[in-house]
Amino acid sequence: MILVQALDLGLGLLVFAVGAWTVFARGPFAATVGYVVYGLLLSLVWIRLFAVDVALTEAAIGSGVTGLLLIGAAARMRDAETTAHEKPLSGPLRLAIAALCVLVALALAAVVLLLPDNGPSLAPQSLHHLAETGLGNPVTAVLIAYRAFDTMLEKVVLVLAVVGVWSLAQDRYWGGAPGEARAERPEPTLAFLAQVLAPLGILVGVHIFWVGADEPGGAFQGGAILAAMWMIVMMARLSEAPATRARWLRLALIAGPVVFLAAGVAGAVFAGGFFAYPPGFAKPVILFIEAFMVLSIAVTLPMLVTGPPRRETRQ
Amino acid sequence: MTLGVTALAASAGGSLLPLAILVPALGVLLSLVLGGRQAERIALGLMPFELAIAVAIAAFVGRSGQPLVYSLAGYEPPLGIALKADGFSAVMLVTAALIAPAAGLFARANFATPAGIEKRAPLVFWTLLQGLQGALALIFLSGDLFNLYVGLELLTFAAVPLVSLDGRPETVAAALRYLLFALFGSVFYLLGVALMYGAYGALDIAMLASRIRPEPAVWLAAGLMTAGLLAKTALFPLHLWLPPAHANAPAAASAVLSGLVVKGSFFLVVRLWFDVLSPLPGLIPGAILAALGSAAILFGSVLALRQARLKLLIAYSTVAQIGYLFLMFPLGQGPWAADAFSGGVMQALAHAFAKAAMFLSAGLIAESLGHDRITGLGGAARALPVTFLALGLGGLSLMGLPPSGGFAAKWLLMKASIASGQWVWAAVMAAGGLLAGGYLYRVLAPAISGERPQLKKTPARSRESVALVLALIALLLAFAPPAFFAFLAIGRPAAGLALQ
Amino acid sequence: MTSATLAGLVGAALVGLGLYGLIATALPLRKILAFNLMGSGVFLVFGIVARKGAAAGLQSDPVPQAMVITGIVVAFAASALAVALVLRLFNETGGATLDPDAWAKRPPDGAESE
Repeated sequence: MILVQALDLGLGLLVFAVGAWTVFARGPFAATVGYVVYGLLLSLVWIRLFAVDVALTEAAIGSGVTGLLLIGAAARMRDAETTAHEKPLSGPLRLAIAALCVLVALALAAVVLLLPDNGPSLAPQSLHHLAETGLGNPVTAVLIAYRAFDTMLEKVVLVLAVVGVWSLAQDRYWGGAPGEARAERPEPTLAFLAQVLAPLGILVGVHIFWVGADEPGGAFQGGAILAAMWMIVMMARLSEAPATRARWLRLALIAGPVVFLAAGVAGAVFAGGFFAYPPGFAKPVILFIEAFMVLSIAVTLPMLVTGPPRRETRQ
Repeated sequence: MTLGVTALAASAGGSLLPLAILVPALGVLLSLVLGGRQAERIALGLMPFELAIAVAIAAFVGRSGQPLVYSLAGYEPPLGIALKADGFSAVMLVTAALIAPAAGLFARANFATPAGIEKRAPLVFWTLLQGLQGALALIFLSGDLFNLYVGLELLTFAAVPLVSLDGRPETVAAALRYLLFALFGSVFYLLGVALMYGAYGALDIAMLASRIRPEPAVWLAAGLMTAGLLAKTALFPLHLWLPPAHANAPAAASAVLSGLVVKGSFFLVVRLWFDVLSPLPGLIPGAILAALGSAAILFGSVLALRQARLKLLIAYSTVAQIGYLFLMFPLGQGPWAADAFSGGVMQALAHAFAKAAMFLSAGLIAESLGHDRITGLGGAARALPVTFLALGLGGLSLMGLPPSGGFAAKWLLMKASIASGQWVWAAVMAAGGLLAGGYLYRVLAPAISGERPQLKKTPARSRESVALVLALIALLLAFAPPAFFAFLAIGRPAAGLALQ
Repeated sequence: MTSATLAGLVGAALVGLGLYGLIATALPLRKILAFNLMGSGVFLVFGIVARKGAAAGLQSDPVPQAMVITGIVVAFAASALAVALVLRLFNETGGATLDPDAWAKRPPDGAESE
């Protein structure tokens, strides 16, 4: 018991320490690498909180994909003389801001400590309705059944993010491809890693999506792993990002939200309400929707990381 | 009588509520995949339907005298998500459904797509405009705090790239600053939602309103959510991002950003304090909000006086006018509460139409003269009479001169402020009106006199008309009948809360 | 103190830390990092709420977990948009700061603007 508590305390302190390092480290590049470590430690915390679905998501998206994004950005800006122009805030102002932040943290900590031990919870209701969704994982049920509207709109948020990122391309590159072109002779170690990892990762990703109906996992986690595999292959320059005008790419991006939306409207016609599922058919419909969600996520996340189009491609 | 029971009664026409959100969402998705010219066609083609849905929702609400409610996925709150349209929602929805197409029609000249090729700016503009409509519909209609968080993110992601659409470093920097403020706002809002759920196990607004008690978790949650929403609404002192963002965006985008987007987060502040937190003693928080609003009015107006560019002047004017919106908060309890609420809503509506008209006019002026320097506007009203008429009528509403929606709003707010004995807000409003007159005079006086300048381009009559119609609507709001104010009261929590 | 309470307190500390980073650091990329830190702190607060809602045989309330999953995805999308803006700014001005006085007169790789 004591050992577990000591480990928890150690983990908590480590998480805070790495987080603090991310904020106060000298160079931005070091800070972003620290962030990846931070994210992985955070996944361990989520496991200690018995939220395995969240741990998977944090590892794959929070730390993995976000880390790739930030490290890529820091690397590209590394050589600039930007740090020389960084105008630090004056001492007293920093102190005032720090005081404000400490105040917020303390108030939050106080409220956290006051939370009742067996507080109000929707766990009983989630379990109660689980049978009619045909699922075994209550988190998946919340995401795709009870609060499907939220999840569907979140997919639309992702699409808007892609449009926003693409909007930052220069006019002459619009419709072209982001990232680097495929290399004639890819770097051997990276290529080897990609060739070994990618097929494995694809299997893992599909498995985690499929199994997410009844066990921890689901469309977001599975899709993120597939996305990571594609990104690894692109980073190894074994494959290149597609042209953003490609019809198949755009279809893949919207497939998830469109299928979800269509299912929602179909629910109004066949199941008595928008986003309701026909009794007895819920699980197949849910898996159908999730399959397209996985496709969209696997395509959207790499597009968000590679950024706006930077190369012209053949029409 | 708790809101929870009545709000969950099934009602006819409820199916319109999800449609109001799903139609623009589908538009976004189809615009991206069909691309090119289709994006503009889809955007403009869906807008009449969106307006029809908004008007139908308002009709249902008005006819039944009750809010329209819909539970999604067949699950009732707290497990499921409920949408709810009360009088305030319906009015804001109709406003958005009028201003967005107006901006769209205006923007056809700027963002036309040649046949066969897809260009960056048009595709992005038409897709994001629909995204804005979907986001606003979600914010006005959702009754679930986390669903509203998704709505706020949708709104931010649709609005930010519109600011940086022309790709100049100034606009990119302005967009980045806007995004950072908006993300700060989102995180604080979400933290508040976590605490609310932690305290009561529910996210539904009606349910929370019936369960809330003044306890530390609630006060902290209220503070965090409000701070976050104030950053998104650009209330002083979190207004720094707004002037460069709104002034440098394309004219149609500025119209929607100033007219509608900031009203979305403001709508949520009202929802939070007037609905969710209504059992809380609201006088001191209300006074704090009104004090910040007063600072915004004075600060924003003085800064507007000092601007060299017309669009920046209009943007600082937005900072000031947003301040008026927050004067309704300390006046929310007592016999004058109905007046204060009506005044605040009327200010939101009048400002939306007037500011949209002004930004569209400023866009036409900039295109016609080749610049928007205020010192170079001499005699421009002779060359662009309709445009300056729209600008002037919009300004009339901003100043709060009769007959205009702005006057009606200020009249109601002043009445409430004097009746409650908090006359300081009335004094601030009077000062604000004078200052507004000052900065508008700066623009309009030289434009009317002086020599006619050479025009680089004559504005299309249709575009001028769009701006003029919006300005006229701002004026016509002055003639809102008492039934309009009764409509706004539909769905308000029962009166009779004790004076705190 | 249970692991859940500890996680909640760490979350509170991270919110404060991230807020400081968001306001006080100058480089936008550092602000984006700080925003992610803050976000993860908020998610930890959801986490303690979820754990305290353990009931009916479940170790953790699934509704806050779903909210965190949604939040992580949205935060990533926000970071991607912010990074794209920062990189565009960097390409145009040679600087990654919001302060126009610090922008180099000539962008580093000769990239032209629109």
